Amino acid sequence: MSEKTIEKTAPAEGAVSDKATAAEEKAAARQASLIRDGWEILRKRPMFYISAFVIVILLALAIAPGLFTSRSPFSDGFCQLQNSLNPPSSGHMFGYDVQGCDIYTRSVFGTRNSIIVGVVTALATTALGGLLGIIAGLRGGWVDTILSRVTEVFFALPLIVGALLIMSIVGGGDAWSVSLIMAVLGWPQVFRIMRGEVIANKHNDYVMAAKALGADTTRIAFRHILPNTLAPVIVVTTMNLGVYISAEAALSYLGIGIQHPNISWGLMISDATDRFLTSPHALLFPAAVLSITVLAFIMLGDVVRDAFDPKMR
Amino acid sequence: MGRFVVRRILQAIPVLIGVTFLIFYLVFALKGDPIQALAGEKRADPNVAAMLREQYHLNDPKIVQYWHYITGVFTGDLGTTYTGRPISEIVSERFPVTLKLALTAFGIEAVLGITAGIFAALKKGKFIDNLVLISTLVLISIPVFVLGSVLQLELGVKVGITPVAGIDDGWPNSYILPAFVLASTSMAYIARLTRASMMESIRADYVRTAIAKGLPRRRVIGIHTLRNSLIPVVTFLGMDLGALMGGAIITERLFNLPGIGGQLAKSVYLRERPVVVGLVTLLVLIYLVANLVVDLLYAVLDPRIRYE
Amino acid sequence: MTTIEKTAGVPAPRSESDSTPLLEVRDLHVEFHTRDGIAKAVNGVNYTVSAGETLAVLGESGSGKSVTAQAIMGILDMPPGRIPQGEILFRGQDMLKMSGEERRKIRGQKIAMIFQDALSSLNPVLSVGYQLGEMFRVHQGASRKEAKAKAIELMDKVKIPAASARVNDYPHQFSGGMRQRIMIAMALALEPDLIIADEPTTALDVTVQAQVMDLLAELQREYQMGLILITHDLGVVADVADKIAVMYAGRIVETAPVHELYKRPAHPYTRGLLDSIPRLDQKGQELYAIKGLPPNLLKVPAGCAFNPRCPKADDICRTDAPALHQVTERDGSELTGRGSACHFWKETIHG
Repeated sequence: MSEKTIEKTAPAEGAVSDKATAAEEKAAARQASLIRDGWEILRKRPMFYISAFVIVILLALAIAPGLFTSRSPFSDGFCQLQNSLNPPSSGHMFGYDVQGCDIYTRSVFGTRNSIIVGVVTALATTALGGLLGIIAGLRGGWVDTILSRVTEVFFALPLIVGALLIMSIVGGGDAWSVSLIMAVLGWPQVFRIMRGEVIANKHNDYVMAAKALGADTTRIAFRHILPNTLAPVIVVTTMNLGVYISAEAALSYLGIGIQHPNISWGLMISDATDRFLTSPHALLFPAAVLSITVLAFIMLGDVVRDAFDPKMR
Repeated sequence: MGRFVVRRILQAIPVLIGVTFLIFYLVFALKGDPIQALAGEKRADPNVAAMLREQYHLNDPKIVQYWHYITGVFTGDLGTTYTGRPISEIVSERFPVTLKLALTAFGIEAVLGITAGIFAALKKGKFIDNLVLISTLVLISIPVFVLGSVLQLELGVKVGITPVAGIDDGWPNSYILPAFVLASTSMAYIARLTRASMMESIRADYVRTAIAKGLPRRRVIGIHTLRNSLIPVVTFLGMDLGALMGGAIITERLFNLPGIGGQLAKSVYLRERPVVVGLVTLLVLIYLVANLVVDLLYAVLDPRIRYE
Repeated sequence: MTTIEKTAGVPAPRSESDSTPLLEVRDLHVEFHTRDGIAKAVNGVNYTVSAGETLAVLGESGSGKSVTAQAIMGILDMPPGRIPQGEILFRGQDMLKMSGEERRKIRGQKIAMIFQDALSSLNPVLSVGYQLGEMFRVHQGASRKEAKAKAIELMDKVKIPAASARVNDYPHQFSGGMRQRIMIAMALALEPDLIIADEPTTALDVTVQAQVMDLLAELQREYQMGLILITHDLGVVADVADKIAVMYAGRIVETAPVHELYKRPAHPYTRGLLDSIPRLDQKGQELYAIKGLPPNLLKVPAGCAFNPRCPKADDICRTDAPALHQVTERDGSELTGRGSACHFWKETIHG
């Protein structure tokens, strides 16, 4: 009987447009509350502050490396071969690499490329995968079939193998070209999530209600479906930041990512492997910086998922 | 069940064709003349070059070349290198190494990852749970090649309990450390996925029913929770076998294992197009077969799938 | 719904020779510790059920009726749930003081439960035969084969057609009504003394509801079981229950033998519920509705929890929580089994 205890139902002949707006406001309010709730959860997690703190430092390093070191890796005489593989000392706290370059300075200047790759790739995969996912999910039919088959092809091709092939064709790279290649190979992941969310939301009662009340397709897509797919896409994008920074390092390590004279932590690690047993510092310092960076972004992704993925609540 | 299998195989064919076509085009877009590359520094003999071009259908349009290639693949012929060595020979020499590596890694990540995930879920919020959460975070964050180098130094060189590199000690000794390194990231993801999935299904109505039936806890967890929790994990494992074969490129280089990965990198560098296409096709085939197996396993785990 | 007039066909409560009731809940309290504070879901519930007797517990969602049942079953999630106070006596023994293992042995064997949504309450990846047979395997050590034979027997018992052919089917392959029959079969498997049915027919079509309810009532009579029927549907109650307990905000606000409650409610909340049933003889008139919303369990109103929604509320209702008063006739003669937690029960029942 509980249903009956609620007040009488509203008269049937209400203005349709009013009700459509009301439904939209409701959807928007739900979305707003989802984000607000997520923010409330985030604010209480120490992990959020730790990762945010590290990321702020990393951003500062990427934007203004000059603030953190008085040297420049691009100046003449920066690398002195007689310093090759010298261990850490005062003024050169990370020591020198094989070429006799100061590892601390190179690590600082390498931040920018890692951040560029992480941010650009994560955003590009989200934009491309998200857009195609919305189209496939909304249109359905042959568009969906073709796009879904295409993503299966990409899924079957391991990232490293694909990158290996593309890099050998287009040749050596900087942060931008590596980002582009990884975005080309990485978008199907976001596509799948977005498509799944759109299809799931398409059949939700509130979308049906909006449709019944006469809202048109674009309106439904942008006012009703899109906001409700945002949470999982935000989560996967955040998590991808760390994943792609790590992937760039792996590609550079294999010699198919960022190339000399660009600076990349992965490349620095690669250069240090041959003499790792005798001079581990040349590998361990860039490796530590890289690991901390990836950890910060993965941690951020983790807390963001806990906060925004309704299924995790 | 039979129809399900047939349908999944039929669905895999366009993907296979799509991938091989993509690879084929990518590879043949590689810069440089392969025949010239074969000759090295000196100029290639034009007659020999012409003959080789003819033999490898290099004068035909790309699509015809692709046709020659794909029909070969389906009859079990991966082609030959430009020096006349059958690719299947390279595969049979190198593939077992990669397969042993990947399967060992697969076993490690499945067993350790799932076990850690289950314990974390059952002891939610306790020490074990936090330990799993933190250690997986660290494992995900440390790049494979860094972890590999460090373990190689610590365990291989300093302690000396594992071989530093190479496969001279055979399976399992030579493979354990590389496989662990290769498995590390996925293992962490599997542990987290198992934990999340387990915690979700432990709250399910049917678990409440199982408790209400007076079943012992062991049975509630082992029979009524675990199987349902493993469904997403199995999906991940299937997708991951392909990634492991790709990831082997790094591990093989790091530990100097003579597998497919090293060969692939070398062949790309040397512009040995048929080898590259052959090896990548093989990797994709393995991925597709693994996915097929996963789909079948999926149907075994979840009866709702079978009758759709 | 014509149930109000209906009187025939209800079995009278069977009196047991011994005086201990099958189940007695005494002053039970349950609270949940949430992020936003402590939610008091059950605040001092008392009721008894004897063998062969059907107690209907009626209330809106959030009234604590299901939580009470879960506390009896011992399937509350603890934490966040907690039982700070109270006793649950099964054949005179307090189950809250028993070890986990002792309670487990009671579950399924002595007290069984039927859940609302059979689709989600049955394990989707195990065949129904397995899930039914499990009862015999776990509690009686039956072999796989015996368990399967008994499962088929049970499915026959609850009138599932072609039981032996369908024993290996999975829950999703059955219709809603058939699935609920399987739930019932599972609860009946070991012929328990008490069955708790938590909204057993809510998820079903109206036509199927009656069949399932009839089956449940029939089997209850056959096995002489006690039955606690949790529902929000007054129509279901009238046909099968012997007595009713109406719950609001974690308290019992009225108890009565079933037909007396329909004839003369002694609590404004019960009256409101009865008045909000659509009736054919009042067609065209506006349907009555209790105004307001069920209380927030984190902040139950002071005094009588129902006071903000009650048409009869007075100052005393906002300060003093009413106890469950014995309800009497105008002349003071006691009405057996009737109680009302309302300061104005006299005015309510006698107009």
